[in-house]
Amino acid sequence: MKLNALTAHELLERLDKKDLSSSEIISSLDRQIQETDSKVKAYVRLDKTQTQTAKQASKSESILKGLPIAIKDNICTEGFHTECCSKILAGFKPPYDATVIKKLKEAGASISEKKTNMDEFAFGSSTENSCFYPTHNPWNLECVPGGSSGGSAASVASDEAVWALGSDTGGSIRQPASFCGVVGLKPTYGRVSRYGLIAFASSLDQIGPLTKDTRDAALLTNIISGYDPCDSTSANIKVPDFTQSLGMDIKGIKIAIPREYFIEGLDTEVKAAVEEAINKLTELGAVSKEVSLPNTKYAVPVYYIIATAEASSNLARFDAVQYGFRSTIANGLIDMYKKSRGEGFGPEAKRRILLGTFALSHGYYDAYYLRALKVRTLIKEDFDKVLKDFDCIITPTSPTAAFKIGEKVEDPVKMYLSDIYTISANLAGIPAISLPCGFTRDNLPVGLQILAKPFDEEMIFRMAYTYEQNTPWHKMKPKL
Amino acid sequence: MEYEPVIGLEVHLHLKTKTKAFCGCSTEFGNTPNTQVCPVCLGFPGSLPVFNKTALDHAIKVALALHCKVEEYTKFDRKNYFYPDLPKNYQISQYGLPLSKNGYVDISVENNPKRIGIIRVHMEEDAGKLIHEKDLSLVDFNRSGIPLLEIVSCPDINSTQEAYDYLTVLKSILEYLEVSDCDMEKGSLRCDANISLRPKDAKELGIKTELKNMNSFKAVKDALDYEIERQSQLLKEGQALVQETRLWDEKAQQTISMRTKEGAQDYRYFPDPDLPPFIISKEKIEEIQRALPELPQEKTRRFMKTYGLSEYDAKILVSSKNNADYAEDCLRGFSDKDKKLVANWLIGPLAAVASASNLNISELQVPAKNFIELVELVEKKQVISSLTGKSVLQEMAETKKTASQIIEEKNLAQISDPQSLEKEIEEVIKENAKSVDDFKAGKANALMFLVGQAMKKTKGKANPKVVQELLKRRLSDA
Repeated sequence: MKLNALTAHELLERLDKKDLSSSEIISSLDRQIQETDSKVKAYVRLDKTQTQTAKQASKSESILKGLPIAIKDNICTEGFHTECCSKILAGFKPPYDATVIKKLKEAGASISEKKTNMDEFAFGSSTENSCFYPTHNPWNLECVPGGSSGGSAASVASDEAVWALGSDTGGSIRQPASFCGVVGLKPTYGRVSRYGLIAFASSLDQIGPLTKDTRDAALLTNIISGYDPCDSTSANIKVPDFTQSLGMDIKGIKIAIPREYFIEGLDTEVKAAVEEAINKLTELGAVSKEVSLPNTKYAVPVYYIIATAEASSNLARFDAVQYGFRSTIANGLIDMYKKSRGEGFGPEAKRRILLGTFALSHGYYDAYYLRALKVRTLIKEDFDKVLKDFDCIITPTSPTAAFKIGEKVEDPVKMYLSDIYTISANLAGIPAISLPCGFTRDNLPVGLQILAKPFDEEMIFRMAYTYEQNTPWHKMKPKL
Repeated sequence: MEYEPVIGLEVHLHLKTKTKAFCGCSTEFGNTPNTQVCPVCLGFPGSLPVFNKTALDHAIKVALALHCKVEEYTKFDRKNYFYPDLPKNYQISQYGLPLSKNGYVDISVENNPKRIGIIRVHMEEDAGKLIHEKDLSLVDFNRSGIPLLEIVSCPDINSTQEAYDYLTVLKSILEYLEVSDCDMEKGSLRCDANISLRPKDAKELGIKTELKNMNSFKAVKDALDYEIERQSQLLKEGQALVQETRLWDEKAQQTISMRTKEGAQDYRYFPDPDLPPFIISKEKIEEIQRALPELPQEKTRRFMKTYGLSEYDAKILVSSKNNADYAEDCLRGFSDKDKKLVANWLIGPLAAVASASNLNISELQVPAKNFIELVELVEKKQVISSLTGKSVLQEMAETKKTASQIIEEKNLAQISDPQSLEKEIEEVIKENAKSVDDFKAGKANALMFLVGQAMKKTKGKANPKVVQELLKRRLSDA
């Protein structure tokens, strides 16, 4: 097998033995990018970013020994373009690294100037809202890779990256992981520092790994997790070694199956694959029981109020004063604001800024934002209640497999509903993973979602790894 | 119809912390623009705020000193509006659950006590500063993110003098707490005013105007005076007032409309998701309460009681904490029961020496012990006259020498022995025959002139009381 197709832990083993150098891995990835990225388009600004920085590559003593990683375009990398795939941030090179990048560098990762494609400011579920171009699903180039971390998921699935970082506000790691047949984890809110992640919705955003298998996800989560004094919302809780959970048996583990996730709108093939996965897990010793998460139906509307409200405020700073895009035809301050933002933001960004501004406006705040906060609490309580009696919850990651490019562009609500199963984890702040659990007849991957108690990523890794060890899905590769 | 003004004041105060409210940048004033900045206070994407706990301690101190109830559960909100000096285009402030509520400040109105309520004291961050040049505007973000406290009074103020007095009392309290420079020129203390008029004895409030851009307490008073005049004129003419924000133009001495209520912003406050709500423990509040210094009003009362001073004198002495501490050292150390003598020397000659070099009495570096010695030499031992005493004091401040050293070196000791003065007295009488006649004719002033002449002859060293006695005796004998 080509080097670029190996998992991070396989490569690390060979780097350990010194029969391989990190630059060979980087060359192998570059060849793959040259071969396939014109079709997949997982990366942005490839023309501008010829160089892989391998500054950290010489650290042979480090954990990662120069192993490269792909980074989503909304995570700040010092001196490298970080534009959230938005015109309004054109040319923005942050003078600082996000905390996760600092941690990766300390661990000896090679950080590339190549950043992965995404929906503008992470607004979307298909990576079609990028200001550059849409990314294509490696399994079927006519399909979307999911989003917003579609570039990261596609880069890993197409072996153009060993592994990648994404961000997840309502499913932006898990849904593309599901669509592209890779593993994607949204850690517990507060587990990973948000410092340097360009905010979409601050109370929901979380950075997480997209990897070829569960062991890689555990490894990467080990590196990026931990309390950060620069992020007041990061949790001062000890980080266990997540690889220790791999291989622990799952006998007697109690799985909750929420009935609200298996109703109308769920694709029959997806449903069948997920049910089979649950059977597999019970075969392996777990016990499952149907439960109810009664407030599930409110998750999407609640999310689109809270997330857009926060986004409308978070995106106010893009005003053309200090950095990024400034309209050249503006005359005076107000006109500069209007024209720069008018030209700089794409249609979905504008839609969400408008929605959020409305939800926070005088006279509407109580009916929308405040009400949404209250329902958010109810949704969280649903999970608390179930997770008191169960070790984890299992659901499909997305109601369908990857859909066609262009299929939902004209219907934002339909697009929003593709996150219906992932949004609740963000509202509740709990960890959730998506891992491959089969394929549709059209040979598109299906994702299984496992959710657990806050800060119990160990349970997720334990379940996911056991499942993976007993199924072939994660080893499947798309033909490109 | 007679109208009564209803005034509420909003004071913004820079809290004196080494670093800004939400990042590690320095808060020093007056440095090169944009040298005290970082991704956080520049609002760069991806940066996050972390709250400075020193600012919280200062804020609690102020809230308690203003008799507010400090909430145990409080949070930050975002106030959203676009302005180029506001790098995130929202200000981190407090809206829903402010740090503290329901306090008061006591002032006196024509010698009657009056209590001005405080609605709330809350924390927020300052914005940057715009510098307008000919064709462009520049932004200095050094000030961006400096911790601010907003102190909002109830509309309990009914005259411009009350507004002025409230601000003066408030400022002296804040200075005592040592949490701010309270310097209006540097912008570390700012004041906006809300004012409306209503017919006397009416209960309903009139339509209010918000006044901004006053750079001194006097400007606040002037702007309010102007506004009372403007509003009552309109009311008398039967014209309707509009709710609006007006700017004080110091040069033109008038207010100018900035925006009306229709143009008012919707700030879309909501809880800042980057800063989780926090709990202030009862213990912490109690600890800060216990550590509060004696505040100016309590100190005034104590000075009056303990040292027998008039309210007027006591108020002058406690006007600043350092002055009060210095004054108290002097008052306490003075051996005589009549502390008034020391107070007079503090308020009179010492304050004069200090203000000549633009200092406070506590900054003159005349140790209390030396000052007491001087006052005793003049007032009790009468070694020197009070006139000589004043020049000795001047020299003490300049040379750091003690009074007795100076008196000895310059041979300034007062001559009180009548025999030593006999010669000078004779000469004065001989040389000023007209004044002698005037005195004999009943003009008391003439005597003072003669005393003055005698003092001149002795180069000020004669004890004026003794001279006066001697002259009186000589002239009535003759």
